[in-house]
Amino acid sequence: METLTPGGASNNKPGAPAADATAGKRFKKQSFWRTALQQKYLYLMSLPFVIWAFVFSYLPLWGWTMAFQDFKPARGFFDQKWVGFKHFQELFTDDRFYLALRNTLAMSVMGLLVGFVVPIFFAILLNELRGMVFKRFVQTVSYLPHFVSWVVVAGIVTKMLSTQGGAINELLVGLHIIKEPIQFMAQGNWFWYIVTASDVWKEMGWNTIIYLAAITGIDPELYEASRVDGASRYRQMWHITLPGIRTTISVLFIMSIGHLIQIGFEKQMLLGNNLVLEYSQVLELYALQYGLQMGRFSYGTAISIFNSVVSLILLFTVNGIFKKVSKESIM
Amino acid sequence: MAAPKAFNATRGDKVFDICNVILMSLVLIVTLYPFLNVLAISLNDSADSVRGGITIIPRVFTFENYQQIFQYDGLITGLRNSIIRTVAGTLLGLLSASMLAYTLSRPDFQARKFTSTFLVVTMYVTGGLIPVYILFRDLHLLGTFWVYILPGIVSAFNVIVIRSFIDGLPYALQESAKLDGANDFTIYWRIILPLCKPVLATIALFLAVGQWNSWFDSYLYNGSHAEWTTLQFELMKVLQSTQQGGSGGMVNPNNMAEQMKQISPEAIKMAITVVVTVPILVVYPFLQKYFVSGMTLGAVKS
Repeated sequence: METLTPGGASNNKPGAPAADATAGKRFKKQSFWRTALQQKYLYLMSLPFVIWAFVFSYLPLWGWTMAFQDFKPARGFFDQKWVGFKHFQELFTDDRFYLALRNTLAMSVMGLLVGFVVPIFFAILLNELRGMVFKRFVQTVSYLPHFVSWVVVAGIVTKMLSTQGGAINELLVGLHIIKEPIQFMAQGNWFWYIVTASDVWKEMGWNTIIYLAAITGIDPELYEASRVDGASRYRQMWHITLPGIRTTISVLFIMSIGHLIQIGFEKQMLLGNNLVLEYSQVLELYALQYGLQMGRFSYGTAISIFNSVVSLILLFTVNGIFKKVSKESIM
Repeated sequence: MAAPKAFNATRGDKVFDICNVILMSLVLIVTLYPFLNVLAISLNDSADSVRGGITIIPRVFTFENYQQIFQYDGLITGLRNSIIRTVAGTLLGLLSASMLAYTLSRPDFQARKFTSTFLVVTMYVTGGLIPVYILFRDLHLLGTFWVYILPGIVSAFNVIVIRSFIDGLPYALQESAKLDGANDFTIYWRIILPLCKPVLATIALFLAVGQWNSWFDSYLYNGSHAEWTTLQFELMKVLQSTQQGGSGGMVNPNNMAEQMKQISPEAIKMAITVVVTVPILVVYPFLQKYFVSGMTLGAVKS
């Protein structure tokens, strides 16, 4: 510790403070503050943002207490009436809650299966393209929908599926697959598929980025060797490319399971309407409409807590399984 | 024996290549057609568009739809707010993420472990819609412009991406600067930031797109404050008001479609969609190599 150069911020490695355990406790304490003083700029550069994160990310967690009260916005914290699990009991006996849970799970599982598999195959096929200019063009274009807002995507999807000159209906009628245009946006049983398809359309290209990076990491000699052995392109994709990105696939799969229930509500809110409510109502929209907009803050908070707790349990379970299987953690 | 096998392989490969190119062209069409269709309708006479049948080329070319939408106050206000929040939100977000990332990249920083854990937790635990709403109410952020900027300033994901980039820089650069008597802030500002340009470009793109595309905060926190409307929210109102059934009492008598009976809602929708989309379209292709490497960095670390 005494070897610190004056003026220069400390160069000691993390293990250093333990090394002078022989020195007295007082000295150790002093050196802690001395180092802190030397690192004052580091503190100045991080502390304000730590406080910031505390206010905007940690303080809302305090709001979870609302779920156990009959929260009235006008009252102070100590004047609230505590009611225990009343709101949760009400929630678990509400049919609309189970409907919202069903819709959330249905759309998240569909999104996980389709939205996960499609980018893998898209990345592998992109990688097989011979013309470099064409390949780059397809890549650039495929990233485009990711950067567009859900408001725009919802507008585009509604337009494409419209019964009045929508491209999909015109195509299907033109090919004589259907006789009459289908009212996609007004029939509930289409809703889950529309949301899943819009999601794939929007994020397919973007989700290839990581796979393409993983594919570049595969040893080119493997392909050389297989070509000498006369392996076809299908065999190369199946036996070299796919196994080559296996680790990436499993890590990403586990991460998306952790986020299974947190599918957001943007698409459902923007693509949904009153005619398809039975299929479009997801947990967070339910919290928004039956909690916030009706002023039932406590009830809405109970929904949010249920959502958070389920996704945390999923995340820890999945991470635990992954740790056991691969001996490394993703968190 | 070997010759026909090789011949088969090449023929199979050729068939594969052709199928692949056809498939990828289909992907191109499916991705691009909707955008081109929207553009064509926005540039077509609105009365003529009602007849339908416009694909990717306008039938009766006109700029009138654009002239019309820019006469609407909400759109001008929304455009102004969207631009300000994008610029301010991006700059502040870059500053916070890069500063935090630098302090976390210093192996000797005392509070490093604490700060890093503290930030990572925010990625997994969120308070939820209503607690956040109540907090913003208590902080008097509802009905103000600040609600767009302040909550998003610290993002743990961005910090992780920048930090893994800084970790890849040679530490010797910092040490020699230290010997010259530079303090930690000077090292960050003069040495680290200029070297971080590629990763900062990536994060700037993420932040800017997030700000530009955000509509839910306008809807929830500033829904009844017309002076703080945003472009996306204006578009959302127009889209919702004319959709079948609407979506739960969001039809607003003051909205654009009502004010502009003279042109069809379809033309308004398409013209605003173009205005909202074009800025992104112009920017993202040039940043492609940055965000591709940024995504890869983020994925490796998180």
